[in-house]
Amino acid sequence: MLTYVLRRIISIVPVAFIAITACFFILRLAPGGPFDQERALPPAILRNLRAAYDLDQPLIVQYFLYIGRLLRFDLGPSMVVQDFTVSQLLTLGLPFTIMLGMSAFIIATLIGMLAGIIAAVQQNRWPDYVLVLVVMIGLIVPNFLMGSILQLLFGVYLKWLPAGGWRAGSMAHLVMPITVLAWPHAARISRLMRGSMIEVLGSNYVRTARAKGLGQRLVLARHAIKPALIPVVSYLGPGLSYLLTGSLIVEQIFGLPGIGRYFINAALSRDYGLVLGTVILYMAIILLLNLLVDLAYAWLDPKVRYR
Amino acid sequence: MAGITHKDETLSRYAEDLAGEGPKGRSLTEDALRRLFTNKAALISLIVVALIVLIAFIGPYFVPWHYSTVDWTAIRKPPDFEKLHYLGTDQNGRDLLARLLQGTQMSLIVAAVATLVSVVIGIVYGAVAGYFGGRVDAVMMRFVDIMYALPYILFVIILVVIFGRSPVLLFVGIGAIEWLTMARIVRGQTLSLKEREFIEAARASGAKPFTIIMRHIVPNLAGPVVIYATLTIPEIIITESFLSYLGLGIQEPQTSLGTLISEGAQVIEVMPWLLVAPAIMLVLLLLCLSYIGDGLRDALDPKDR
Amino acid sequence: MGETVLEVRDLSVTFQLHDREVQAVREMNFSLKAGETLAVVGESGSGKSQAFLSIMGLLARNGRATGSARIDGKELVGMRSSDLDAIRGKDIAMIFQDPMTSLNPYMRIADQMIEVLVRHQNASRKEALERSEAMLRSVHLPDAKRVIRAYPHELSGGQRQRVMIAMALLCEPKVLFADEPTTALDVTVQAQMLSLFEELTDKFNTALVMITHDLGVVAGLADTMMVMYAGRAVEKGTVDELFYSPRHPYTLGLLHSTPRGDNKRRRLDPIKGMPPNLTNLPSGCSFHPRCEFKTEICLQKRPALEPRTDGRISACHHDDAVKNANEKVA
Repeated sequence: MLTYVLRRIISIVPVAFIAITACFFILRLAPGGPFDQERALPPAILRNLRAAYDLDQPLIVQYFLYIGRLLRFDLGPSMVVQDFTVSQLLTLGLPFTIMLGMSAFIIATLIGMLAGIIAAVQQNRWPDYVLVLVVMIGLIVPNFLMGSILQLLFGVYLKWLPAGGWRAGSMAHLVMPITVLAWPHAARISRLMRGSMIEVLGSNYVRTARAKGLGQRLVLARHAIKPALIPVVSYLGPGLSYLLTGSLIVEQIFGLPGIGRYFINAALSRDYGLVLGTVILYMAIILLLNLLVDLAYAWLDPKVRYR
Repeated sequence: MAGITHKDETLSRYAEDLAGEGPKGRSLTEDALRRLFTNKAALISLIVVALIVLIAFIGPYFVPWHYSTVDWTAIRKPPDFEKLHYLGTDQNGRDLLARLLQGTQMSLIVAAVATLVSVVIGIVYGAVAGYFGGRVDAVMMRFVDIMYALPYILFVIILVVIFGRSPVLLFVGIGAIEWLTMARIVRGQTLSLKEREFIEAARASGAKPFTIIMRHIVPNLAGPVVIYATLTIPEIIITESFLSYLGLGIQEPQTSLGTLISEGAQVIEVMPWLLVAPAIMLVLLLLCLSYIGDGLRDALDPKDR
Repeated sequence: MGETVLEVRDLSVTFQLHDREVQAVREMNFSLKAGETLAVVGESGSGKSQAFLSIMGLLARNGRATGSARIDGKELVGMRSSDLDAIRGKDIAMIFQDPMTSLNPYMRIADQMIEVLVRHQNASRKEALERSEAMLRSVHLPDAKRVIRAYPHELSGGQRQRVMIAMALLCEPKVLFADEPTTALDVTVQAQMLSLFEELTDKFNTALVMITHDLGVVAGLADTMMVMYAGRAVEKGTVDELFYSPRHPYTLGLLHSTPRGDNKRRRLDPIKGMPPNLTNLPSGCSFHPRCEFKTEICLQKRPALEPRTDGRISACHHDDAVKNANEKVA
């Protein structure tokens, strides 16, 4: 098991390295820079600014300087939000994004699994049909549209919930953002869960378990759920990365203080350091989660462990 | 964003099936398409999508207003049949129906062009990897795996920002990221085609790899391309509308479904009709495309019902 | 033979399909005494598996059983599944055809066995583990210590089927259904498995129903035998009776299409034609399209399964002709 984990971790390194390199050069090769403003800066100031951020060095030197700093977990300074390092900016937004993303992820995964199990057990009865409808809405309506509709309905007309913004510790401000983020994810999970559960319930070993007189609840809990989880778990990694990128837009719609908003502003103002830092952070999170998913997979399926 | 159709899973399995199919060839794809046409929901959706495409492209000639013409007598007006503003007008007095048709058209064009770009890149990349095989294949496919690990939408945003606001570059930008799955499929198909007699014969008669790929492999990709495109188009429609919603996509006076929804959402309290019509159009389009996608998924994997 | 443990009366099984109903089993009757072995023989699709699945309450969702199946006087047909759960696995157990997929691949053998004893006999985990290990040794798995810690994929097909048998016998059930338990196994393993069944039913005085399409399996093992065709029993009797003097042309056909180990040399002669479609059975006797003894009456009247010449039980208008034909060949 330990060697399996190590092997997985080591295989991440080249992936991350190549991706960072690619992003670095693509960003730098684009026209425009962080100091292009509507009123051109005096040349002397511009020169000093560029020197301060090493932008006057050849690109390849800048690259090695960046990688060198990165190895010390230093993402460098922000070029647009002055007096802040990228790490500081990300640290400001990260807790919120993680909190939002993880809440939505956990809620959606649990609801999705439960709904999928219920739909499978009640196959072709009304709970199943209701689920199909709810799933369809979650999968079809894009999150920005869903956000606008919910805002209008619950924020403007019914006035049950604040239409946007954020006050620390206010759950009410989180209800709609989490719903928008969680719905498609839950929809997808429940669909997968339903499908694999139906397959498992029809399997020979579940028949054996029923023949042993274990009863519905034990059969589900001991014999059916774990194997049915396997396809669902393999979706959790990609699912979470969809969800995290979705939080980009949810933060925008509801005016929430996460990383997403920085990222879009940074991209527009060519803040190389901040854009690259955000991409690296997201990538690290996604790769880490994929690793966790692989481990969960190995735990679920004994055959993987011995490979 | 990627993933209303979750084509990656469906298509990855399809790509593996193609690679493992061996010298028997195209039957997998043909069977899938035949099964698709027996699926009623998918068939109806196909018809609806065809109608939407038709209306989006022909409709503007029958609408009395141009999408950028300002009607000073009707600004911020709800639907008004007398003045021939069937869906009302926006803040600038432009006819919403005309704008909706133009927006739909734009969304469809972006989707089609971006899909085309991704298909072309995917075919070239996948065919080269599959044809040469061995280490070339391993390195090229490893690169694809790495690209999969990147946060997709962040990458799109970077590209869009780099390429500027031109719609043409927007297609290219999205297409340049979407090709990964296509490359996998083509590689799978190429691997299985490579072993077949006619390719062996071509190779034995001294044809160059490029000629073999163009003459013998590409023409056999029609089925996979259709399947891939069906699943990719809705994804790009969403990506485009997402970018436009963020203000990174199509710019005034041109418009797209995403731009219209974004504008409508801002004035939703005073002029709800500006959101409702484009929202319905987008959802209808995505709904139909998703039924077609589901139909395809079932058709590709008949036991997964 | 001891007292009657299972009594089945007029058992029928119906499946509801989209547009029609299919009767997979019709009016099955038999009783089973402690320690007795009954072989139920028929081609696939003859309803033999469905009959016993229905007694276990394991029919697919669209299936429905009617009639009666009593174990110790308790009616199983129509019993609530929560009540049934107290009986199946304890008084009545079942072994399935495919040992490769019938064990849960995600659980260790130990966990799958222990839960039976915990469920039915309130055993502690420790006690259950010891008894499971002992049971694995009784089915001749000498390295029970390793097997019990293994996952199914680490065991061979024969080992898995032995585990299935051990698991079924944990509570020393009164009745054991074995649905084609040897079909998926190698021929050498099949023979070992059959002697294991013989040994174990003696040891635990379990009544065994051996569901099979293979008369070779029946010969050494069973006491009585029931032949099924198109959802109905067509002949019943002791194994000797049916083997040496069949009274139904289908039984005769089965015998002729099975290679035999004894000294009677016969030409192998498969039954002509295909088993009938259950939704659209032939008129009169279901077997008549494939029968060489058929006359006008076979097309019109379905023969009842009742005592006929010599008191033998058969569902054939021409049991005498079958008897004579068999004697002539012999």
